[in-house]
Amino acid sequence: MGDCILLSSQAKVTCSSSMMAFSQSQFSGILFTRKLLVSQNMLLRKQNIATTGLTRQRLFSTCPKRKRKDSLVTTASVASPATTSRPFSSAVHVVQQPMTLTEKILAKAANRPFVKPGENIWVNVDVLMTHDVCGPGTIGIFKREFGENAKVWDPEKVVIIPDHYIFTADERANRNVDILRQFAREQNIKYFYDITDRQNFLKNPDYKGVCHIALAQEGHTRPGEVLFGTDSHTCNAGAFGMFATGIGNTDAGFILGTGKLLIKVPATMKFVFHGDMPDYLLAKDLILQVIGDISVSGATYRTLEFSGDVISQLSMEERQTLCNMAIEAGGKNAVIPCDATTRQYLENKTQRPYEVFQTDSNASFYSNREYITHQLEPVVAKPHSPDNRDLAKNCSNVKVDRVYIGSCTGGKTEDFIAAARILKDRTVKIPTFLVPATRQVYDDIHRLSIGGRTLVQIFQDAGCIGPAPPSCAACLGGPKDTFARINEPLVCVSTTNRNFPGRMGSKDGQVYLASPYTAAATALTGYVTDPRQVYDFSKEHRSAYSLVDSAS
Amino acid sequence: MKASLCFVSLAIPKVRQPKSFSQICRSLCTLSPNKFAARKRSFHRGTILCSTKSMEQVSQVGKKRDGDLIRGKVFVVGDNIDTDQIIPAEFLTLVPSVPEEYEKLGSYALFGLPEKEYPIRFVEKDQLHTNYRIIVAGHNFGCGSSREHAPIALGAAGAVAVVAKSYARIFFRNCSATGELYPWESKEYLVDHFHTGQEAEIDFRRNIIRNLVSNKEFELEPLGDVLPVVDAGGLFEYARKSGMIARSKE
Repeated sequence: MGDCILLSSQAKVTCSSSMMAFSQSQFSGILFTRKLLVSQNMLLRKQNIATTGLTRQRLFSTCPKRKRKDSLVTTASVASPATTSRPFSSAVHVVQQPMTLTEKILAKAANRPFVKPGENIWVNVDVLMTHDVCGPGTIGIFKREFGENAKVWDPEKVVIIPDHYIFTADERANRNVDILRQFAREQNIKYFYDITDRQNFLKNPDYKGVCHIALAQEGHTRPGEVLFGTDSHTCNAGAFGMFATGIGNTDAGFILGTGKLLIKVPATMKFVFHGDMPDYLLAKDLILQVIGDISVSGATYRTLEFSGDVISQLSMEERQTLCNMAIEAGGKNAVIPCDATTRQYLENKTQRPYEVFQTDSNASFYSNREYITHQLEPVVAKPHSPDNRDLAKNCSNVKVDRVYIGSCTGGKTEDFIAAARILKDRTVKIPTFLVPATRQVYDDIHRLSIGGRTLVQIFQDAGCIGPAPPSCAACLGGPKDTFARINEPLVCVSTTNRNFPGRMGSKDGQVYLASPYTAAATALTGYVTDPRQVYDFSKEHRSAYSLVDSAS
Repeated sequence: MKASLCFVSLAIPKVRQPKSFSQICRSLCTLSPNKFAARKRSFHRGTILCSTKSMEQVSQVGKKRDGDLIRGKVFVVGDNIDTDQIIPAEFLTLVPSVPEEYEKLGSYALFGLPEKEYPIRFVEKDQLHTNYRIIVAGHNFGCGSSREHAPIALGAAGAVAVVAKSYARIFFRNCSATGELYPWESKEYLVDHFHTGQEAEIDFRRNIIRNLVSNKEFELEPLGDVLPVVDAGGLFEYARKSGMIARSKE
């Protein structure tokens, strides 16, 4: 029945015995109020005199003092039962039991030497991310449950990124960003990437854009940590060798108050990409291949772990593209082990130390799937499902009305380099919309050049529309006035992540998911096009940054 | 039935209010009906939201059933019904913890289903609630986004249970976290055994769903630990009722 099962075996016991059960078992994240502290303390005293002193001290040290008579429950303090807090050491893992990367991260977060798939564990949260769509609801639940004056468990661990509905006249959408701002001020949230001037986003020094890419670019994605976000594509951050997954508002509200969450340990599905990456393929082709193979529910409740020669050659942005779409296979999270590429990316982005885990060679997997990468070809996901895979060349008779390049999946700097590579010195036949994921990407498009022309010049020469201000934009439809939203029954080839009915606006629209190469090639012909038909690729794989002028 | 809203835009709150008002109009927080009676229109400086309704008035969470049988019309959908079809992204500006907006979310439940395949609408035009208490679905119901708006929209519209062959992970969890829906899993693929509009009955004691037209019974996987959580009205209420956290909110 999945990982929803909270509070497992204590479901039907009475209050006092459930407290006992939690004290004895692994339960370590509970919300205490003064009243409860007393009863907890009494129970502990009965149960284990030797450890009570310590626990009591801990409990009371975190107990809020009541200043006003009418104050609500203000603090959710979390106490770890003395019996379960063992010192953590990664060396212990290796000796005791083989584990996968995900299992090791979760074991660390749960203060346990070992976890296995299917176990329900409480984990400490390193980062909670929310945005303008789910943030207001999360805040509402937090205030309702913890009190109007409650404080978040750690204002430095909450990251709030408005990104979904920003450049719209929709009053409610604008109000939702205001709610985030008010909350960030009230709680002293350190990482709030605000936008106030909607007319000119460049005037907002803090504004970033799409949350998943902003998280990475701002150094919030650190190997070995646990990241939850109120967005299903939070699994994007697994590219950094961390555990990252999407949750609902209620769970997020719980984390805001406690810094903990009960989750089920997922079994790991292994995907190994052998051989060499052909020049005409991008990570998007690999993940669409995987989803097509295992279906949109093939990884439900499970981890996707990517490894192999090809993966270690991929850049961080390409790795994010892979992990980003794990949710499209139903996956809980995706991971790629941290290596030199990861460290290099993070070098100037975070000062915090992080712990690097590797999957043990004898760890057990739910499944193991291997690919000979150079045998793969550019693919698309046809309407109306991300697993409706077909070779791009098989769809060459599909007439396309527009192309969209953007989103967390396909709107990163390297995605635009790829598109520019194809579009340089050519003209698009159909409207081609560009939406950089973040401000950084927007700046890169203006800064980087190929053959002496900046990317933005290449796009303008080709007749593209944009680049628009960075945001989620039409990837998920959004308010009617959203840039590039499909308001009529159009056929769109898109570098985004979902193509269910109505995803980009009109229910009668048809969305083909594709790599930036395929999308750009399609823009040139007006039909779904295999990029090899319009561009002469190299024999060897060229990384994105090897394509741009070195001076830029 | 149109909800009367009293949002205070940021431009308005120049009107100075006594400090005590901050206790009156709590942003994003619901007030109990009796508390609210005296303060029908409350404006609060710096706060963005006010509510004229209480959550208790608009939500059935925690009162989704009063016995072991729930009976009602079924609404039948196919496989991979994603969250964009359950609640299209354009309506995500509605904040579910605000009573009026919660109610409004319900009116858009399953709005994203293509009309061609689903000529019968789950919620009729200009209605806030549905005629269908039970949703019968195929594989992977609720896939896609993590938006909690999805189970909330269905629950707010008046749905009580979903009976699907399988669920997407986050949707399933959100059902119990919010207490909005009983997410039953069927042993058989039921989409072909039910038609939209037929009466059905779910027996919580025997874990079966019966089609009252064909009179056929189908087995369901037991809800297990999810049942008491939805019964209680979600994660926090369950934790309170089971003594994990303090009983009273205040």
